[in-house]
Amino acid sequence: MIHFVLLISRQGKVRLTKWYSAYSQKERTKVIRELSGLILTRGPKLCNFVEWRGLRVVYKRYASLYFCMCIDEDDNELEILEIIHHYVEVLDRYFGSVCELDLIYNFHKAYFILDELLIAGELQEPSKRTVARLVAAQDSLVETAKEQTSSITNIIAQAANFTIKMLHKGYGPWGSNALHLESLLLVDVCTRLVDQH
Amino acid sequence: MNPFSSGTRLRDMIRAIRSCKTAAEERAVVRKECAAIRAAISENDQDYRHRNLAKLMFIHMLGYPTHFGQMECLKLIASSGFPEKRIGYLGLMLLLDERQEVLMLVTNSLKQDLNHSNQYIIGLALCALGNICSAEMARDLAPEVERLLQFRDPNIRKKAALCSIRIIKKVPDLAENFINPAASLLREKHHGVLITGVQLCTDLCKVSSEALEYFREKCTEGLIKTLKDMANSPYAPEYDIAGITDPFLHIRLLKLLRILGQGDADASDCMNDILAQVATKIESNKNAGNAILYECVGTIMSIEDNGGLRVLAINILGRFLSNRDNNIRYVALNMLMKAITVDAQAVQRHRATILECVKDSDASIRKKALDLVYLLVNESNVKPLTKELIESLEASDQEFKGVLTAKICSLVEKFSPEKIWYIDQMLKVLSEAGNFVKDEVWHALIVVISNASDLHGYSVRALYRAFQTSTEQETLVRVAVWCIGEYGDMLVNNVGMLDIEEPITVTESDAVDALEVSIKRLNSDLTTKAMALIALLKLSSRFPSCSERIKDIILQNKRSFVLELQQRSIEFNCILQKHQNIRSALVERMPVLDEATFSGRRAGSLPTSVSTSTGTARNLPNGIAKPAAAPVADLLDLSSDDAPAPNSSGGDFLQDLLGVDLSPASAPPGTSQPPKAGTDVLLDLLSIGTSPPAQSSSSASNILSSIQDDKTSLVNLNGLASLTSLSPNATSASPAPMMDLLDGFGPSPQKKEENGPAYPSLVAYESSTLRMTFNISKQPGNPQTTLIQAIFTNLSPNVYNDFLFQAAVPKFLQLHLDPASSNTLPASGNGSIIQSMKVTNSQHGKKSLVMRIRIAYKINSKDVLEEGQVSNFPRDL
Repeated sequence: MIHFVLLISRQGKVRLTKWYSAYSQKERTKVIRELSGLILTRGPKLCNFVEWRGLRVVYKRYASLYFCMCIDEDDNELEILEIIHHYVEVLDRYFGSVCELDLIYNFHKAYFILDELLIAGELQEPSKRTVARLVAAQDSLVETAKEQTSSITNIIAQAANFTIKMLHKGYGPWGSNALHLESLLLVDVCTRLVDQH
Repeated sequence: MNPFSSGTRLRDMIRAIRSCKTAAEERAVVRKECAAIRAAISENDQDYRHRNLAKLMFIHMLGYPTHFGQMECLKLIASSGFPEKRIGYLGLMLLLDERQEVLMLVTNSLKQDLNHSNQYIIGLALCALGNICSAEMARDLAPEVERLLQFRDPNIRKKAALCSIRIIKKVPDLAENFINPAASLLREKHHGVLITGVQLCTDLCKVSSEALEYFREKCTEGLIKTLKDMANSPYAPEYDIAGITDPFLHIRLLKLLRILGQGDADASDCMNDILAQVATKIESNKNAGNAILYECVGTIMSIEDNGGLRVLAINILGRFLSNRDNNIRYVALNMLMKAITVDAQAVQRHRATILECVKDSDASIRKKALDLVYLLVNESNVKPLTKELIESLEASDQEFKGVLTAKICSLVEKFSPEKIWYIDQMLKVLSEAGNFVKDEVWHALIVVISNASDLHGYSVRALYRAFQTSTEQETLVRVAVWCIGEYGDMLVNNVGMLDIEEPITVTESDAVDALEVSIKRLNSDLTTKAMALIALLKLSSRFPSCSERIKDIILQNKRSFVLELQQRSIEFNCILQKHQNIRSALVERMPVLDEATFSGRRAGSLPTSVSTSTGTARNLPNGIAKPAAAPVADLLDLSSDDAPAPNSSGGDFLQDLLGVDLSPASAPPGTSQPPKAGTDVLLDLLSIGTSPPAQSSSSASNILSSIQDDKTSLVNLNGLASLTSLSPNATSASPAPMMDLLDGFGPSPQKKEENGPAYPSLVAYESSTLRMTFNISKQPGNPQTTLIQAIFTNLSPNVYNDFLFQAAVPKFLQLHLDPASSNTLPASGNGSIIQSMKVTNSQHGKKSLVMRIRIAYKINSKDVLEEGQVSNFPRDL
């Protein structure tokens, strides 16, 4: 089982952490500090495994990022390397030749993809295409929801603008009651719409 | 863009944080953002909740506290939209862990989402549950997950399968509910479901033997068939990695087969063919293929024996070992560690390659290889393997040297066929990596050398040679110094020459040179210097021609800033100058150190580290003189740390030194000779007494702790506990005898003069068997000092032999005991023993005298001990 996944930059900055075993916040900070000291100092041609607190950390460097996964003693280290590569390929496909900046600004996307790949520290899906499809489907769900909201907010915005214009033109609340009421009504309807969604 | 947007967007915040030049700037930005988010939280702002949470997650990754956002996750999860839930669940998994109470609050939302109509929302809930659920949540939600194992969409089924793994790990009792649905997952065609289903079965087998039996019976054949189909399947682009269809599934199937085959011959038999096929057919030029082979070898090693397969597996490992890829070599070593329990012979065949790996440039591989070599060593191959390891010691870096040294030392000790070989190997290790050798290891070496009487000469010469070439290794220097001190004469005269040795000519002054070098060496630590000082003292009597020079060297340390050295130097100088008569006895060679005691002490929980830390000087193996085999003496030895230093003839010297006049007949040296009244001096010599109070108290505690350990050997001193309570007091009395020693007053017995004020004699102590009467007098012009004459009378019909009186006083008093008139007390009051003492009261007029006493004697060679306190002194003493 994978106990945790860490993405650490060459400078030691944390880009992603995912914990499948229970570590308190304090322990997490400590683990990250320990491991970045252990892994970042290793030379390039050495093997990708480090023994650490009776567990084993498998890491692989892609450009400026170290992908680390911590596993049990009797897990298959070579397979973990393959899983890391699997993840990188999915990220690459998703972002289109992924770089560290993508993962910084869209860190939540990196998490969503990881969640389609691993659950409870075990591999969930061996097909890159399926992972990409599932992530895309959920992204589009979010998009649709966003569009809906923004279309509603547009209506509200227009209504508000309209009201303000009217007010500017001198139809103040005391000037033209009818118009004022109308615009207030419009705002009310729009707010309800937003609430419904 | 949203016209109502307020605050910064996530992207802007990340940019702002990244543009910070200093940590302080970054903190300021984060603080500002956190303040805004807190404000939004307290206003219960709904529109930007998910954005705020996303920001918080980023801030959390940077390592700032974000606990205030935890409730926001729950609110987002409880909202209806997918985007909110998605970010809410992500936040939940990131910001919380299973041990937080808040997590319980989410159970209800999870339950609702697991029953949601939108399958992606179900997916989110399953993912969160699988990643962070606690035991309580597992119990509450297990039925939902179980139901979802049969959900129509395969993507939910696979998530539910992994979620079940978490549940059964948290609550193994729930395993039986999952056995049937898990078995049906094994028949799936969807790889995602199959892979997770196989994994679920594997974990079920681990927590429940019932599940193991079930799967072994019902599913073994099906699994073998699945694996066969996979191995023979045509190219499948969706799952292909380096020409192999779904290595992940391969590996999981092999793992499950391993568990099913372990301990079951029939099941193992079934899978032989497919394992052989996988082991031979899989291409090993890519990582994916090697991963499968590695797993396959693991399975072959674990299932019931099939000779042919095992050979195949070991050959694969052999191929792995010679692979250029470090990763492959690492896993090969790792697997060989497991294989060694199955087939040690086969692993031995790869010994040479494994030894090469110990010298690898990769620390992970070196360590693994060393662990493996350690397991490979047995009586028959210890010699060549140790040779190889010591060679690799030369090449290894500092960090690895420590580990390697420890392993070599332990091997040499464990398997050494003969003493000379042991000494040789230890010598090599000491010269190569002496600085990494632990204290108990070189102590053990000294014990072994001391026990090998025929090798004394050989050892000291070999050490001398090694010392000439490498003076940088602290422990080598120490052992060499000790041996030169003990066996210096053998060094010079080539005594006990072995055939294999080349003769060397070492003059007496060469030997002294060596010791001088080790004292003057800049990086010698205190222990080494002190050991060298003692060695010099010993040589002074062995090499009379050099004694002047030795005296000079010793005197040079008189001004040492280190108290210990200074003190030793002054004491030794005194011995050299004023106590010629006792010197030769004093510096006599140490008797053979008791191996059993030493190893027992090593194995036991003796707090050696404590005593070493309180003062290195107590480490001296040359610790001076004490009667062997006397438990009390043993106690003293313990307080001098692991100093293996019994000196049987030392008893005499002590008595001399302290001026205790013992009739020779009654005290054969080396027999059980309880310490004299001079215990304090003895303690003092062992550097306990004269040191500052803090140190003496620490040594007292030391003695205490060693008592705990040595209880068995203390049978004949049942009242020892009280002695330990005495010893701090006793130490305070030490300056008097020490002055004596240093100033050379000589042990002139105090003459009793009747010119002070007279006091009536008092019965200080009386038991049914013994009476002690004190005659008290004062010296004129010295009101602080009281002279006491103790008269002992035997009230029993038995003769008391080896009679010994000891006394201890509180700190404000100083006690000087003169020798007793005899150590035999005739029966029935037909005579008495008289012993004088002098007590100086530094608080004269304020406090009166008080004294604790202890009287030991033998009746028909049976030990008797009496103790008491004398507090009936006249008030104005």
